Amino acid sequence: MTTTVAIILDGFGFAAWLFLSSVGLTLIYGVMRILNISHGGFYALGAYSAAWAVGLYTQTGNTIALTYLIIPLAAIIVGTLTGLLVERGLLRFMYGHEEVLMVLVTYAVFLILEDATKLIWGTESYVAYQPAYWLGTIDVAGIPYTIYKFLIIGIALAVGAGLYWGLNRTRAGKLLLVVIHDREVSAALGINVTLFFTVTFVIGTTLGALGGALTAPEISVVPGIGAEVIVMAFAVIVIGGMGSVGGAMIGAVIVGFARALSVHLYPPIEMFSIYLVMAMVLAIKPYGLFALAEGRKI
Amino acid sequence: MTKVSHLGTASRPLASTLALALALAPTTLLAQDAPAFKLGVVSFLSGGASGPFGVPSRNAAELIVDAINKGTLPAPYDTIGFAGTLVEPLFADEASKNVVADYQKLVQKDEVDGIVGYNSSGSCVAIAPEVEKLETLTVLSACGTSQIFEEIVTEPKYLFRAASHATMDNVAAARYVVEHTPEVVEKLSDIAGINQNYSWGFDSWRDFSASIQVLKEDVEIANEQFPKIFAGQYGAEISALLTARADVVHSSFWGGDLEALVIQGAGRGLFGRTQMVLTSSDTAIHRLGRQIPDGTIIGARGSYSIYAPQSELNDWFRQAYYDRYGVYPVHPAYQMANAVLGMKAAADKAGVGTEEAIIANLKGLSYEGPGGIVDMALADGHQAITGSAYGTYKFDTETGLGTVENIVTYKAECINPPADLTSQEWIKGGFVGADCE
Repeated sequence: MTTTVAIILDGFGFAAWLFLSSVGLTLIYGVMRILNISHGGFYALGAYSAAWAVGLYTQTGNTIALTYLIIPLAAIIVGTLTGLLVERGLLRFMYGHEEVLMVLVTYAVFLILEDATKLIWGTESYVAYQPAYWLGTIDVAGIPYTIYKFLIIGIALAVGAGLYWGLNRTRAGKLLLVVIHDREVSAALGINVTLFFTVTFVIGTTLGALGGALTAPEISVVPGIGAEVIVMAFAVIVIGGMGSVGGAMIGAVIVGFARALSVHLYPPIEMFSIYLVMAMVLAIKPYGLFALAEGRKI
Repeated sequence: MTKVSHLGTASRPLASTLALALALAPTTLLAQDAPAFKLGVVSFLSGGASGPFGVPSRNAAELIVDAINKGTLPAPYDTIGFAGTLVEPLFADEASKNVVADYQKLVQKDEVDGIVGYNSSGSCVAIAPEVEKLETLTVLSACGTSQIFEEIVTEPKYLFRAASHATMDNVAAARYVVEHTPEVVEKLSDIAGINQNYSWGFDSWRDFSASIQVLKEDVEIANEQFPKIFAGQYGAEISALLTARADVVHSSFWGGDLEALVIQGAGRGLFGRTQMVLTSSDTAIHRLGRQIPDGTIIGARGSYSIYAPQSELNDWFRQAYYDRYGVYPVHPAYQMANAVLGMKAAADKAGVGTEEAIIANLKGLSYEGPGGIVDMALADGHQAITGSAYGTYKFDTETGLGTVENIVTYKAECINPPADLTSQEWIKGGFVGADCE
């Protein structure tokens, strides 16, 4: 019983982190057809900026409660500004090129962001554990879980619901779906595709930064965390179908549970389990579970 | 010789002046005339291991090499260079997808005379065969896997390691638990481990669990976790360890992984429910402070940093390191210091600072490092053994600093296997020949 409960909670806990870390990646791919390798760099920027800001704030001795505002604020500022800089300063000149070239371009951006974080924050680790501890723990079937972990699960659900509502219930979202479906027709209909690209990229990078910022209180923020997350995020969106927000959520849950099951029941296959699931899904659905339909152009 | 002959025809005052200068500072001039010893220094300069491990290693190499070139080290290292030959460091990043190619570049393109460093067991496992193939003096400074000389390079000529391997850390940790924590041993029946999924983690857990089971009968393994290195998220593993309800949980995590484990584990009460043993955790003390729960058993991979014995060399090293980098050295810095000083000790013993002379004289050498004596006793004189120490963590609320108490030091011969046995043979045989007096 205890193990079953632990598998369920750990599965959802890991899935929430995976979803927050990968949803921006799949959104950008869906709209722009860019596999944004620099997503890991934005995740790291978010983690560093949040850990740094929380560290500065907690030194003042004021209430920890305000850190729950500082964390998303740090992510929004760094994600928006850097995302705008990258999109307006570089990517807009590269639109129309092959997807493979864009992978290389964003990989170069990733390397630049990696060095930029080292330049700004150095190689020392940053820890900002206070928000993760402050809410305390709750015992579930005899196992203590931090309430912060449940907060992360709640935020992941809120982000997923918000994106669903934004895409399906708002005018801008519906126009974005048109852009996702066919860029050329959208442009012919008078939709400002370039503006949608800019906005989408900035939302995607901000979500990446938010993933890092929310994770920062639970980890030691060190150089290289961006490279680790991009591999996991890629596995999630491939399983879910690249470009599908709903797919990213399902992919995150599948990977989260694959990992939790292996850790609790057969730890030796923990590392392998994620890629085993990915291989099984791709063997049955080569483009992922919820791959976007491609219109055939004659 | 040519210069002296030429000066014989020069003006007498000039020759006299130069002769006087030569007499006053012969070593300096000889060192400057000779080609420098080009020393490749490899450690993590980027990635997750750079902050706690790679940069301290690099800094220690820089500090020691500068002092060697200036002749400002305490005795017995107070002469200039490697037996008069100045040392020219060339720093390289270990955070690479292809450490073997990088090693080849150092040897073949940069034409170094010797290489020192490497933090990760993964790196050491990869380059060990290449060292012997390219026939270049290489002194590993830190990596801990015992596989290097027990399985991979069994007849070394060019490869050395100036640090004890993981067996020392884990035998000492097991001895500390069984012999110095009576409240834990009284009820000890189950142990568990969380170690990284590569040679360092596997070796560490194998040696610790086997040692505990030899030192105390009827101890079972309740759970063993091997998450990916740099995973950062250990929620499921911590739940599994909490569910297993082991009396002791062992971890050889290091760097950012260790800090994440402490943050997540302490936050969820893991450290309060079980006796945590962290074999490579001195690097986290000044970062985490009160977040490391009191009573946690702390290791520093030898008698380094918090456990370093007082000596003229250690006092100099700590102060010089602090003056230059603003922090006190942690164990990777000590290990790098040992590796560079081993080269100098070998060169000074030979009286000549060449690669061949260092190889011939480092073999089997016993020399002083800032953490105590380094004895190249294993693997036909290529693998060091050192003493070690363990203690339990105590956060001092008055000073706001982390400390260790109940410190126990171990002789090298107590916690390292003898030369004629592998680590596993020695542990499973009941530590035959261990000298723990």
